[in-house]
Parts: sequence; structure tokens; C-alpha cells
Amino acid sequence: MKLGKPTRRQFLIAGGAVAGGALLIGYASSGPSRRAQADAAASAGGERFVTTWLKIAPDNTVTVYVPHADMGQGTITALAMMAAEELDADWSLVRAEQAPAESAFANESLGNRFVPGDGVPPMLKGVNAAAWYQVAKFMSLQITGGSMAVRYTGQHGMRTTGAAAKEMLLKAAASRWNCSPSDCTAAMSMVTGPKGETATYGELAADAAEYSPSASPKLKSRSEYKIVGTPRPRFDIPGKVDGSAKYGIDARPEGLLYAAVRLGPVSRSTVVSYDASQVLSRRGVKKVVEFPGGVAVVADNYWRAKEAAAALDVEFDAGDKVNVSSETIFAAQAEALSRETDEDKEVGDAASVFSSAPETEGAEIVSAEYRVPYLAHACMEPMNCTVWIRDGKADVWVGVQDPLGTRARIADVTGIDFDNVTVHPMLLGGGFGRRIPLREGFFDFPSEIDFAAIIAKEVDAPVKLVYSREDDIQHDAYRPAVTSRIRAVVGPDGYPTAYENLYVYKDDPEEAPHIPYGIANQSIRYAEVPTHIPRGPWRSVAHTQHTFFSESFFDELAHRAGKDPLEYRLALLKDQPRHAAVLKLAAEKAGWGKKLPQGHYHGIAVQQSFGSIVAEVAEVSIEDGSPRIHRVVAAVDCGLVVHPDTAAQQVESGIIYGLTAALYGEISIENGAVVQTNFTDYEMLHLSECPEIEVHFVDSDAPIGGLGEPATPVVSAAVSNAIFAATGTRIRQLPFKLHDLSQVSDKFAQAAD
Amino acid sequence: MPISLTVNGKRHELDVEPEMPLLWVIRDELGLTGTKFGCGIAACGACTVHVDGVATRTCVTPVEVVDGAEITTIEALAASSGAGEGELSALQAAWVAKQVPQCGYCQSGMLMAVSALLAENPQPTDEDIDAAITNVCRCGTYPRIRAAIREVTSA
Repeated sequence: MKLGKPTRRQFLIAGGAVAGGALLIGYASSGPSRRAQADAAASAGGERFVTTWLKIAPDNTVTVYVPHADMGQGTITALAMMAAEELDADWSLVRAEQAPAESAFANESLGNRFVPGDGVPPMLKGVNAAAWYQVAKFMSLQITGGSMAVRYTGQHGMRTTGAAAKEMLLKAAASRWNCSPSDCTAAMSMVTGPKGETATYGELAADAAEYSPSASPKLKSRSEYKIVGTPRPRFDIPGKVDGSAKYGIDARPEGLLYAAVRLGPVSRSTVVSYDASQVLSRRGVKKVVEFPGGVAVVADNYWRAKEAAAALDVEFDAGDKVNVSSETIFAAQAEALSRETDEDKEVGDAASVFSSAPETEGAEIVSAEYRVPYLAHACMEPMNCTVWIRDGKADVWVGVQDPLGTRARIADVTGIDFDNVTVHPMLLGGGFGRRIPLREGFFDFPSEIDFAAIIAKEVDAPVKLVYSREDDIQHDAYRPAVTSRIRAVVGPDGYPTAYENLYVYKDDPEEAPHIPYGIANQSIRYAEVPTHIPRGPWRSVAHTQHTFFSESFFDELAHRAGKDPLEYRLALLKDQPRHAAVLKLAAEKAGWGKKLPQGHYHGIAVQQSFGSIVAEVAEVSIEDGSPRIHRVVAAVDCGLVVHPDTAAQQVESGIIYGLTAALYGEISIENGAVVQTNFTDYEMLHLSECPEIEVHFVDSDAPIGGLGEPATPVVSAAVSNAIFAATGTRIRQLPFKLHDLSQVSDKFAQAAD
Repeated sequence: MPISLTVNGKRHELDVEPEMPLLWVIRDELGLTGTKFGCGIAACGACTVHVDGVATRTCVTPVEVVDGAEITTIEALAASSGAGEGELSALQAAWVAKQVPQCGYCQSGMLMAVSALLAENPQPTDEDIDAAITNVCRCGTYPRIRAAIREVTSA
């Protein structure tokens, strides 16, 4: 049985029969206050507010609705496994789908953790203004980001949903057989009674729907798991090898037209003038539409629209933003860090240790300034959004990390009522933080979603707006360019007694600039240096820069002390056994300290982010002045590993994403605009350069950690530290391509001779 | 003059501008969306199809250049490899076995590029693979792509 297009009403019923006798169940995992609000808002006649859902059909198939976008992380499969495990379902009968963009599917376990006043990460701040506009009462969050799906939705939502459904099925069976539920057992989508009676879940579903789901069903212990912890084939793979998978860019509603844009090169420029008649007579061109910051050409084929848009003479005004360049931005950051900074974290009394250092016997101050550039996300699927507005209603086809927020956004931009906006979630050709339309300052960062909606209002047909790769590279919300000044007071034993980090931009997650190392006196401070360049979350967000800074700096201190970088870290991690364990495991598997092929060197780094700890050892040589990365060994403590194969895949993926940025990633600003245009000057790692990657998981009973991001930030420091080992050159500015290592490597080779 | 193409075994007479890139003919005129737009400058390979058996980046290939050609897109890769109805080619099956795709967007182009390589060179060295497969993947599926290729070449 197919559920078809759900009505909102259906989804607000927690346990209940739907057409065909199916059981539909969900469960809210909220804390007491939110839960009460949710029940008050949504319940009537014993109904309960729900968050994640299972559907059991008469043919005994189970469908799990997952309130997250799957961008290739395997989320939908992993979450379905967590629900199916507790349900004791026959995995061969389990299906999974991304939940519709309906409030009832909101990811409440995420919303609950970040309710206002409870430390809302900047990445989600836009939510207060937009997604919650419709339903503060429903906690309408459907965001995929922050490596949160498995550790919040899965752990708190899916498991409980599955367990509650199983209890309802057992009650239904017990009633049928006149026995107690405890006399019945559930396994492989079948309930067995005390006298050997059997009934499939599908046969019991309609009866089970008569019961209310328990608020606290009994959950399995890890030792009872049969599905979780095994590598089940992902549901999304088959469609991705035969061309049938449909991404946002593949939407083809009847009568579709295509839009291409001309955006002012400088973000938030205004359109001064253009002459639509230049292109209106071209073949296939239907209309020219102006929107804030640009002009769109609508045509019956994307290439015709794109060619026409390119042929338009458009004059833009960017005001004094044209005076901004990477140089002025870094100069402003340097200046800001020399002035008064704001407190991030203070431990002990670092200031006095620094001020008394010159008079302290054997103490020395070590300082270094690090810098990283802006980075674009460069998802393989260029940004796009298809909108059809008719009869006061909007249909939207788009692949986003927040379908519900997108729906609210479209409603806002078009003035159409939220209930009359339908978002058809499509697959995402990459996300990495780019496809979250709601973010701090979002209203200052108009994106393709807004533009598509504005254009569609002017056209009597569905319109698919597609960014060119150039639009995508030049009109992103970027990982910011960041400067960090780090100092340490080092004692005669080579270990720091005080640590100071002055950096720009306090970002998400707020602990990213903090270090795991046991140093009695720490002063971590920041300055805000606003620019007009839009900022956005980029895979692992602030960890990308801070891990490079601090893990490079501690490597500097280790070498300066004449100590092994692994041993040096371990000495400072006596109170951090999980960090020490992953470092040791990565080092052991990589053969740290053992003989490497001639010209090969190791570098190591570690970081905790999004609840997981990752250590990486990179094996690097220098070829023609550039680093060649041969092998990366990662050791990961993410608590329980739900799906070992996709977990390893996410670590591989994170390493390659981080390595690409470390080697090549640089968005630079000139005359207020982004210089880079496409993959020719915003370069990508290719198959030929891809290192061998090995991933090892620590057997851990720590709480479940995220995996989409934590492998990314570590690799830049691991490789940079290997480059130092190879050349004696400390790289304090990314990307590596800026540095010609041929001279130093030769010199180093000679010195070694 | 209409342009004539045979795409996945079906002949099409098309009244389009001769300079329109083959990509947009395939996607927007013929509605075959398995072939992807990635960069528009032949730098990423997401738009790769077979033109008379040769891997070709269609985003910079004017349709007039392939007038009269036999074109195979991802939708017909299995059929063109001799797989039966509803079956996958050995290469696609290896992709499933190794669980290669993540977001999957680049995988059509990857499969078309790799299948063309293997048709010409059934036992490529790692260097052959490095030289021929210059498609971009942002999710970092490269290690599994190599493993999946090895699944069919070492067989």
C-alpha cells in the first residue's frame, strides 16, 4: 500500500489506522516542558504529538519516514536500521523514505536540544525567525546538519518509535489470543503466542493501531542488536548507478521553463540598468525578470536562458564594497586582533604567566600567526530550485538540508500561506552546509531559493532556476577567512604553562577554538570583523580552521621541545583518555615511528567535534615542490557504530573533502568580488591524487557521536605536520598550493645527506 | 537542417541550434536527466556519455559535431553492455557491491567514463585509471571507485 500524499491531519495522529489497515506511529522524544507544549498544540482525544514515523502495511512491509535529507551520508538507511532494530522487523521487509516537508515530521529531538536560550548554534539561529514562524508550537525543525541525524533523531526518536510500535503489536496479539503481552514474543516481523500462534506485523497492524504508543517503551541493550552494527546495503544506491535517481535539478513538471541569472559580481549589489530587448527576440526566450541583486532570463531550454543571460548588458552598483579585497580583510583582522578582544574562554591566569615570562627562569614565549582563506562548498549539483505558482499555491522541487525551513521561506518570499506551499524534497547532489537555507544573517543572504520564488511569481509556468558553476562559486555563503594568533609560555621541560589564542569570528560550534590539552592557564579570545562576504556553515564549520591552527601549533611546540609529536600530545592528554586512545590507535595502525619508504614522512593530529573524536596520521612525500599524500589512517571514537560501512565511508569522505581544501581551496576577494570562477581555478582533488585511506573505530560505549563532519578538520593539520617533518617548513597559511616546497625540500635533503 | 541523433537506440530528428551543447539536448530536449550538469567547461565529467563508444563530455560538445552519431547515456549503459531487461552491467553491479555512491550526482559520469576505459583497456593499470578517470567527485568516493573497478578487472 502506498501512503500517497499525506494530509497534515493524518500526520498529527500518533497511533492510528490509515486506509488499508496500516499502522502509522510516531513518537515525540521531547523533554517535559516541550512535550507538554507539543501535546497541547497537537493532541486531541488522546492523540500525541509525533516526530518520527513508522508505517506497517498489511503486506507486512515497514516504511520508516526519516526527517532528514540524505546527501549520501547513508542517514536514511542508518535511521531505518535503528527503528527496525527496536521493532524486531525483518530487514528484508523494511523500506525507508525521506519524510515530507510537514511539521509533524519535524526533528523535535534536534529542536529540543537547541531551544532558544539553550545555546542555539549560529548555524541554526535563522530558524528562530523563519521555520519557527509557523510553529514554535510544533518545533518545526527538519534540518540536516551538525552531524546530528543518528545521534539525536536516531537515538532519541527512531529507537523509541520502533520499540513503541513493537509494544502495540504485542498488545494486539495478546488480545487476539487471550493472553498477556509478556507471553508473546516478537521477531522478524512476526509475533508468536504462548501456544505457538503466529501473526505477522501486517496482520496485527490494524488492531495495534487501537492502542496508544507508550511514552517510554523498553529499549534493547546493545548486546541484543541484530541489525544495528551490521553493514546493510543502502536504500539509495541502486538509483544512483542507473541514472534514475532524481535530484532537484532533474525536476521536470509539465510545461517547465528554465531560468538563468546574471548576478552582480559583488554580493548584494543593486541592478542599475539593463535592456531586456537585447535578448527577448532570441529563440526560446520568454521573459526577463529583475530581482534584488540580479536579472533572470526565462527560456524554454536552460542553455538558451544561459546564453541570453550572458548576452545581457547589466550595470550593477556595489557601492564602496568594491574597495574590499582579501588583503583589506586580513588587514582588518590583524588590526582587530591588536585591539581589545572579547572573552571566549579563560582558565587560570594566562595574562600574568605571559607578563611574567620574561623574568621567569627557563620560560620562553612561542608565538605563531595562522591564516585560512574563504572556502566555497562547490557541491557537484549546481544550486537550483524549481517553483510553480498557480491558483494561490506554490509547488517547489528542491534538494535541501531543511525542506520545512525552505517551505517557510518560500511562503515568506511569495506571500503565499504556509499551508499552500508544497515542497517536494528531491535528492541533493552534495550539501556540506550549502543547502541549509536558514542561517544567521540569512535574510541578508538571498539565495537561489528566494530568486526562484520571485521569478516564478512573474511566470505562468513552472520555472527551474539553475546556477551556473560560476554563479555557484561566486555566490556562496563561504567558510570565512580567519586569522588566529597563538602564543604559549613554554617551560624548561618544553611543555606549555600558558596558552593564548586570539582569533576572528566566534562561530559554530562554540567549543571549536578550545583545546583538549591540560594547560593550567588559557586565554582564548576573539574579535568580530564584519565584511559583506556572506558566511555559512561549511562541513565541520569552525572546526575547519581551529583544528588546523591548534593542531599545527602543538606540533610546533612538540618539535621545539625535541619531542615526538605523538608522545608530546599524550603527555598533555592525561585527563583525556578517549583522545589518547584514538591517537594511539591511529599511530599503531599507521606504523608511527616505524621505517617509512624513503622520502615519506608522518604527521599526526586529533580533534573532537560533533561528539566524536578523530585522530589521523598522514603519510606524505614532497614531489616537485608539492605535497603528495600517500596514505591517511584515521581512528575514530564515535560511540556506537550504527552502520559500519557508511560510517567508514563518511570518514573517507570527510578526509577527502578536508584534504581538497587544504591542498587547493582558496576563494579570494578582489574589488569586492570573488575571483575564482570554476573548477579550473577552484581546484578539486582527483582520483589520481587520492590517498589510500584506512578507517578504524574504537570499541566505545561513549554516547553516539556524529560522523558527517568530524573527519574533515583533522586532515589539514595532519598533512601540514607531515610536511614539516619532511621539509622543516611550518605552513601557517592554507592552502598548501601557495607554498613552493621544492627549495626547502632540496635543502633539507642536502642537510640530511 | 535538422540534426539527427541516435540516443540509446532511438533515433531523433532535432530542430535545435547547431551550437547547443549535447548536454542540454539530452537533458532539456530529450528529457534524459541521468546525464548531469556540473561545470559547463568540461572540467568535471559529470556530463559524460558515450559518442560512438567514446567517453565524451557533453557540456562543451556542440550538437552539430555529433550529427549522425550513436549516443549512449547512463540510462542505457546496462543495455549497451548486454545486460538483460532490468539487470545491471557488471560494472554497475560492482558499484552496488562496493556501495560506491554517496550523493551520487557524479556517478553517472564516472560510470560512463570507466565503462569507456574498460571497453578500450579491459585490464588497466592504476596509472591507466589515474590518467583516464579525471572526473570530479566532491563526496570523495574515489577509493571505492578504484575498488569497484578492481572488482571487474581482477575477475
